[in-house]
Amino acid sequence: MGDRLLEPLSWGNALIFFLLAVVMLAVVLGFVTYAIYFERKVIGWMQFRKGPNRVGPLGLLQSVADIGKLLLKEDTIPRKADRVLFILAPALCYIPAFAVLAVIPYTNKLYFTDLNVGVLYYVALSGISTLAIVLGGWASNNKYALLGGMRSAAQMISYEVPLVISIVGTVMLTGSMSLRSIVEGQGGGWFWDWNFLPQIIGFAVFVIAAVSELNRTPFDLPEAESELVAGYHVEYSGFRFAFFMLSEYVYVFAIASLMTVLFLGGWHPPAPFLDFVPGIVWFALKFICIVFFLFWLRATFPRVRVDQLMGFGWRVLLPLAILNIFVTAAYMEIFIKR
Amino acid sequence: MIRTEELLLNVGPQHPSTHGAFRIIVKLDGEVITEAIPVMGYLHRGTEKLAENLNYTQIIPYTDRMDYVSAMTNNYVLCHAVETMMGLEVPERAEFLRLIVMELQRVASHLVWWGTYLLDIGAMSPFLFAFRDRESIIDLFNELSGARLTYNYMRVGGVKWDAPPGWIDKVRDFIPYMEKKLLEYDSLVSGNEIFLARIKGVGVYDAQTAIDYGLSGANLRCTGVDWDLRKTEPYSLYSRFEFDVPTGTNGDCYDRYLIRMEEIRQSLRILKQAVEQFPSEGETMGKVPRALRPPAGETYVRIESPRGEIGCHIVSKGKAEPYRLKFRRPSFVNLQILPKLLVGQTMTNLITILGGIDIVVGEVDC
Repeated sequence: MGDRLLEPLSWGNALIFFLLAVVMLAVVLGFVTYAIYFERKVIGWMQFRKGPNRVGPLGLLQSVADIGKLLLKEDTIPRKADRVLFILAPALCYIPAFAVLAVIPYTNKLYFTDLNVGVLYYVALSGISTLAIVLGGWASNNKYALLGGMRSAAQMISYEVPLVISIVGTVMLTGSMSLRSIVEGQGGGWFWDWNFLPQIIGFAVFVIAAVSELNRTPFDLPEAESELVAGYHVEYSGFRFAFFMLSEYVYVFAIASLMTVLFLGGWHPPAPFLDFVPGIVWFALKFICIVFFLFWLRATFPRVRVDQLMGFGWRVLLPLAILNIFVTAAYMEIFIKR
Repeated sequence: MIRTEELLLNVGPQHPSTHGAFRIIVKLDGEVITEAIPVMGYLHRGTEKLAENLNYTQIIPYTDRMDYVSAMTNNYVLCHAVETMMGLEVPERAEFLRLIVMELQRVASHLVWWGTYLLDIGAMSPFLFAFRDRESIIDLFNELSGARLTYNYMRVGGVKWDAPPGWIDKVRDFIPYMEKKLLEYDSLVSGNEIFLARIKGVGVYDAQTAIDYGLSGANLRCTGVDWDLRKTEPYSLYSRFEFDVPTGTNGDCYDRYLIRMEEIRQSLRILKQAVEQFPSEGETMGKVPRALRPPAGETYVRIESPRGEIGCHIVSKGKAEPYRLKFRRPSFVNLQILPKLLVGQTMTNLITILGGIDIVVGEVDC
């Protein structure tokens, strides 16, 4: 795929890119549909409920029905809203969420592009979605939405920084910002060679900052339903609302993939003798564990307060992430001779 | 030139965390509240005025609908007031049944509070756990009175129905079950760092302020005032049982939380003793004249509801209907401190403090 990018653009190339994007979109939409189903089931079980079980066998079509409902719903735009921005925000939220998937290597062969600044590309693009949330909150001309949007901005600033810095240690160990090289750097051995153990501080900071990036419990402040009703998307309905939800779950997909790639050895098996199992299986297993973990958090934790969130981000996570860089640098200087 | 202005935010009456149709107008400077004006009355049904045209038995169903989370204690306060006025004796078995349902109700009410409070703070599961366990109590009440929320169970001079066979055993089985569940609750919530950070030191006031505002229940006891009407002015059979009144020291939301959790335990302790001492047979309705006409005069009685001191003031002119009936509703009185507590707090703490006061809007507006 990467080679094709270097070729001059022709109709044939464009068609291939388009088709592959459609395939990826289908995969992602399928994931989102069943991630929502899985989340509701998992949380249902944790809370002694059954979860969705009416639409289709075992409730498997519940999310499909929900999406159908959202599509058929009346699409309302408040009279005093800023129409252009109001319409733009959901799309602006979704596009980066989908675009970041381009750099994720699923296996040795299966990836869209092996960008040599893959990590930066991911972080830079995912920041745009927060802009869309602020925009949506502002354009709705609703006070709750505005508060939600503002919180989102504050949260982004506080957590994007530790997120990026927590990755630096990994990048230093590998000596590359290409996600594919990072995975290859972890391969060949047992699971303790994966980055999550040597980079345990970075991993912990990354997990916390990632949950915050996703705006999920316990960091779901922008849409804190018990305070801000629904936060930034309070005025959205129908498919525009669905787009916000969609991008939230696409980010779950993206973050789980990124975490697998950066810290859990991507497609590599946990032990050398298990390498007869295809890499995509290992990737999927790790991926599912992370997704489950994110859903598990939602059933367990209360929400943090906005000022505590800021304090935690700046006073705990950021120093830890910087400490991680120093420790990694010292380790490399002492033990790894170049 | 950059100019900032205060944001006037209307919280409610349709808002997920105001626990019903209750509204607060807050002025926000950023996320900090500079002024809060509670607006109540959206659920006002004129219970007290309606009561002036009803005889005393007919008023009982209206009391169910005041504090619908704790209907049994409301039933009791009215019946108790009329009995006090008329000097009626209540048979022991009936009084035991009343006490058992009141204590079960206290547990159920605190469970609702616990679940919804955690939901306000953003945790979803405790709500469902609490409602699952409350369901056991609701089932017991359903078996006893035929209703799940508005029981209309007590009568002046006794109770409407005797306990069905085996009912007391079910209560006996419920006690260890609930004790076990409380441990689960504690392990899930009470030690959670996020939860503690959210409620410790939030909504603090001292004992004098609490007394000045007329607070009662856990809202008063969290400041260290040892005041529980079951102990200080024993009514019903409470003087026969051993139980402790938990008090706090800091007067914050965390103390209120701990007190309510401990009150569930103490209620279970009372229930355990009551079930053991429950008389195996006896009347459930005392000798009551056909027409209830309390002698002319006034009475005020008060009992400890899960939310605090609920009082009933009856002015009788010797007729079948009260001349004037006044309920002192703890939710309404406790709510009065809210504007004072909210100034200088964030929007998030608004929900924490409001939830910590534990109001039921049906009782606030009556």
